[in-house]
Amino acid sequence: MTGPTDSPLYPYKESPSQTAGPYVHIGLTPNFCGIEGVYDSDLGTTMVSDKTQGERITLEGRVFDGGGNLLKDALVEIWQADSDGIYHAKASPDFSGWGRCPADAETGVFRFDTIKPGRVPFPDGKLQAPHINLWIVARGINLGLNTRIYFADEADANAADPVLSRIEHRDRVTTLIAKGGAGRFSHDIHLQGPQETIFFDI
Amino acid sequence: MTSNQKQIANFFPRDRSWHPKALTPDYKTSVLRSPTRPLIAFGNSLSETTGPAFGHDMLGPLDNDLVLNFAQSGMSAIGERIIVEGRVLDERGQPVPGVLIEFWQANAGGRYRHKKDGYLAPLDPNFGGCGRTISGEDGSYAFRTIRPGPYPWPNGPNDWRPAHIHFSVFGHGFAQRLITQMYFEGDPLIARCPIVRTINDPKAIDQLTARLDMSASAPMDALAYRFDIILRGSRSTLFENRLEGN
Repeated sequence: MTGPTDSPLYPYKESPSQTAGPYVHIGLTPNFCGIEGVYDSDLGTTMVSDKTQGERITLEGRVFDGGGNLLKDALVEIWQADSDGIYHAKASPDFSGWGRCPADAETGVFRFDTIKPGRVPFPDGKLQAPHINLWIVARGINLGLNTRIYFADEADANAADPVLSRIEHRDRVTTLIAKGGAGRFSHDIHLQGPQETIFFDI
Repeated sequence: MTSNQKQIANFFPRDRSWHPKALTPDYKTSVLRSPTRPLIAFGNSLSETTGPAFGHDMLGPLDNDLVLNFAQSGMSAIGERIIVEGRVLDERGQPVPGVLIEFWQANAGGRYRHKKDGYLAPLDPNFGGCGRTISGEDGSYAFRTIRPGPYPWPNGPNDWRPAHIHFSVFGHGFAQRLITQMYFEGDPLIARCPIVRTINDPKAIDQLTARLDMSASAPMDALAYRFDIILRGSRSTLFENRLEGN
């Protein structure tokens, strides 16, 4: 129910989150889990075409729990700007800034074939470094986790990035930066432990 | 190259005391999957206030009918036929039109069509368990399905999930992205469920509990349950040096 709450200024509260659970694939990537014939294809599997402008990249990652175990049932979505730093709510045939990928059931790897995003302004007008926004859900995660991926070959832009700049514990900044270059990047996410990834309250 | 996109207003901060905490030990899987360090907050940028949009043209005619969308010709899923309907609103009570809503569920016996589900209850050959729709101009949405069954799950020695339907909802900004579950009014398993109980406030649990809605039912066909979904609202004010984009 959505009745008024104790707070009369804003009568509605955001629906509380619940875990995506172990069977998230049925809803979000049914073809991936063998439910075929309901949708032609799973959403978010193709982000680029032959005509997409910008530097092609592949981004591979894994998610680890606090015991160092791979999550093989996580699902990751990404949202990013095009190579000019423009977000396209409505996907064009040549570029969708949104991707969705379940972790591989054996290797735990998620992979996106996309482009390096351009720089997007922060509200103060300063430019953010190229980055991809991530949202991670899985069994055991009660509320989807928000983080970002920056790129190791953008050191100057990263050094001036307004979000990275506000991270007090500088040794943690590396948890947001994908390793690699020349179009191939890898990025592991750690939910806990000494390498715990930075997650954001956006 | 850089963007000259204009930013829409910021979203209301998420009330993280209303949502479940990350670490909820009675739901055991959360113990090793819950971040321990404080989240880092910053004001919304275009990266948070924009998000993907999906057109009605992507929807197939049976996408919002789980009774039929996996069934063989002339067949239908087994179970109590129900309609689930409601509206997508924001925290200011405004309709949120044009957003993709995806849902998935167990069959009437409490069994998922997923290789990781080994529950004794049988699969229904005519039930897949997934559907989707896009909210209308007034934020409304509806789909037809069968009432899912409760089922046991390995957590405590005898934990059962109440009957529930999973929902994934997009907003207009990526920061509104939400996954939740819908429960059914009157189900005695709701109060016993460790996943439900990751939520502290009974009013928040009540918000996830759909109500029987006889006025929306289809006589001689299906009962209806009403479930409104609330997404984060956005600040909209003339005192932020911009008059556009609100």
